[in-house]
Amino acid sequence: MGRSKFILGGLFILAAVVYLIFSSTQSSAEYFLTVDEIKAKGDTVIDKSLRLSGAVIGDSIQYDPQTLTLTFEVAHVPGDNAEIEAQGGLAEVLRAAAADLTRQRITVVYVGPKPDLLRSEAQAIMTGHLGTDGIFYAEELLLKCPTKYEEAVPEQASGN
Amino acid sequence: MLAQFGYGILVVTFVVALYSVTAAVFGYFNKSASLVESARRSMLLTFPLLSVAALSLIILLVQGDFGVQFVYEVTSKSMPTYLKVTAWWGGQAGSLLFWSWLMSAFASLATLRKWDRDREFLPWVIVVANVTLAFFVALNIFFENPFARLYQTFDGNIAAYTFAPANSMPFAPADGRGLNPLLRHPGMVIHPPMLYLGFVAYVVPFAFAIAALVTGRTDDRWIRITRRWSLWAWLFLSFGLVLGGRWAYDVLGWGGYWGWDPVEIAAFMPWLTGTAFLHSVMIQEKRGMLKQWNMILIILTYALVIFGTFLTRSGVLSSVHAFAQSAIGPSFFIFIGFTFVTSVGLLIYRWADLKAEAEMKSMLSREALFLLNNLLFMSVLVVCFWGVIFPLISELATGQKVTVGPPFYERANSPLFAALMLLMGIAPLSAWGHSTVATLGRAIWKPGVFAVGITLLAYATYTHNVIALIGFFLVALVILVTLYEFWRGARARQKTQGESFFAALARLTGRNRRRYGGYFIHISMMLMAVGILGIELFQKETQGTVQAGGTMELHGYTLVYKDIAQWDDFASGVNYTRAVVQVYKGDQLLTELHPRTDYYYESQQNMTIPGVRSTIADDVYVLLVDWEPASAIGATFKVYVNPLVNWLWVGSLLFLMGVIIAAWPEEEREPSAVRAKQNAHQTSAAD
Repeated sequence: MGRSKFILGGLFILAAVVYLIFSSTQSSAEYFLTVDEIKAKGDTVIDKSLRLSGAVIGDSIQYDPQTLTLTFEVAHVPGDNAEIEAQGGLAEVLRAAAADLTRQRITVVYVGPKPDLLRSEAQAIMTGHLGTDGIFYAEELLLKCPTKYEEAVPEQASGN
Repeated sequence: MLAQFGYGILVVTFVVALYSVTAAVFGYFNKSASLVESARRSMLLTFPLLSVAALSLIILLVQGDFGVQFVYEVTSKSMPTYLKVTAWWGGQAGSLLFWSWLMSAFASLATLRKWDRDREFLPWVIVVANVTLAFFVALNIFFENPFARLYQTFDGNIAAYTFAPANSMPFAPADGRGLNPLLRHPGMVIHPPMLYLGFVAYVVPFAFAIAALVTGRTDDRWIRITRRWSLWAWLFLSFGLVLGGRWAYDVLGWGGYWGWDPVEIAAFMPWLTGTAFLHSVMIQEKRGMLKQWNMILIILTYALVIFGTFLTRSGVLSSVHAFAQSAIGPSFFIFIGFTFVTSVGLLIYRWADLKAEAEMKSMLSREALFLLNNLLFMSVLVVCFWGVIFPLISELATGQKVTVGPPFYERANSPLFAALMLLMGIAPLSAWGHSTVATLGRAIWKPGVFAVGITLLAYATYTHNVIALIGFFLVALVILVTLYEFWRGARARQKTQGESFFAALARLTGRNRRRYGGYFIHISMMLMAVGILGIELFQKETQGTVQAGGTMELHGYTLVYKDIAQWDDFASGVNYTRAVVQVYKGDQLLTELHPRTDYYYESQQNMTIPGVRSTIADDVYVLLVDWEPASAIGATFKVYVNPLVNWLWVGSLLFLMGVIIAAWPEEEREPSAVRAKQNAHQTSAAD
């Protein structure tokens, strides 16, 4: 009696935690996709929660402060880290992606304050969903600037 | 010169640490007291050595020697001196040195204690502390040298080297890049040191645990020696987490304080195992149970501390893939793997010696409820760990990168947090050894009825949100039960000792600091919970562009945009744009807020500083998002009303007070094995 009720209680907790983890994972999973992958999958990923990364095209940034609607395009960058390294690091990949007109691009719409770091060749990491109109509606927008990376230091130094 | 000198000192420290480890091991096996003493002395030497190295770096930082890569990266001429000093931990290389410096300080403090009864632990404490120290110093020497200088080679490339490459010239930029403006906040200046203090202090209990495993002295001596260490470690870690939250709230401009990002979770995970450890050591001390479990907890905490240092340090963390990007990543994984496997191996070797002295009988006994508390903390840990590694797992399993965001953590953890709160309400009333539903029910029904009353009041006056009501009920229950415990203890003392009620309350707390400090912490956590429930469930937001004189409405507040001004501060290279916004409730002017945007020319970065009106009921949090530069007539604002959020900060302050009460040194009572045994047979609820 003594031992078995503890084991039963433990199993119950374990089952509850496993259930919590799996149900929560399913309901809040976000799929990492590149621009190419989104274009290729098209309609099949509509309504799914997606996480998209791309290089910001500076000329395409439009901001309407009345409605706080931000529109810009991002160009495809590889999702695989080894691939990014092989192409000369993130800063280099972002620069190439923004300059290459043949790369696939996708339009992003975001409503909210314009982030301080949004500029050409920044890496945008967005969470949101793909609309039926082919526009990516971002709910969350995170930006990283290649110039902030330590690897870019010597070049900057020589530029001074 | 100074840079090379500093590097040299690091190398010497590394050698001294390795010598200390070797001497301690040989001293132990050859039973040579003099060798162990030599190990102890060389351990003490590492602190002055690292202090000299750190001082060299600080001098370089303050002087602005931009030829040193690290100085170039984290400082600039326009920064005030105190920020130049604290830039020490503003980048990876420097903060690793900072870590080592703290490690040597704590290790020295630990070795300076009186060792009389515990001599046999000494060599192994030295080994663990110095292996850890040597690892961190090695990271500085081989991968992340804070003293590396910039050199220009003849083909024009500029890079940082520890030693001058052939055919090269030293290169010194005219000015540095400066610390990221986001990090120039007082909270951010002391946030990393606090986290690191917490991280490093946990190495000491771990070192004693390993010493206990190696020497086979597996009673609760190691726990009693390190009890205060783990409390201070926990204090610093908690303080670091709170400061990080406050910094996010003040600086990051999203109206929140915690975003479940992997770096935050990395600091949160050792806190979880540390908290479980704080509770479960009491069972070992009182009842001689859970010895194996305590070992597992401290081993996990150490591994998570090292893991957390790495995660919080590697900066570029957006996904698990960032691990591989850092030069120090593989070394960290090897080190964590090595220490973890070794510790677990030792634990398995001593497994049989760590058998419980008593058996758990009643499901509602204090020890069973503590065990449940531990299981819940571990469940939260598993949830967090799963969330962090899930992208890796899914990619390995399906080839598709899938990640989980904040909703995952919130959904999976909320029931666990609620269960922990319920436990906080019940456990203080239970007795060691044996409790029944009847005894517990007798103790809990009065506070329970009051808590229901408060919940009904909240329903009638504040909210109909079910989750909030459950939360408020639990908060009320815990606070009432805990106050009831204080009252009960003080009344008992008042009767027996004839003291006044408040004198009795003070003495009661003073005599049993850990217990009543712990209750104080429980109450503070409940105040924090009120703040968290408020901002998570009731946060309101709006945004819009208004003309000068225009208004915005949110949650009963009226905001009037008066005007905007823009000016340069040339000395610090910042352009300020400041709006003036008046906050009204009805016709009554409450206050004037000044949301700002600071533009740093040097780093070309904006920083958005909210204007906040803070009261105990709610915060009005106004962000200046955009404005028309030419005419200065229209400006865009984002406004949040964050109900009850101040309870979070007030609760945090009380929480820290509670930990200080619990950790404050008191005279060490004679902790002989006899007493521990006696305790094991006691089943009174009073102790």
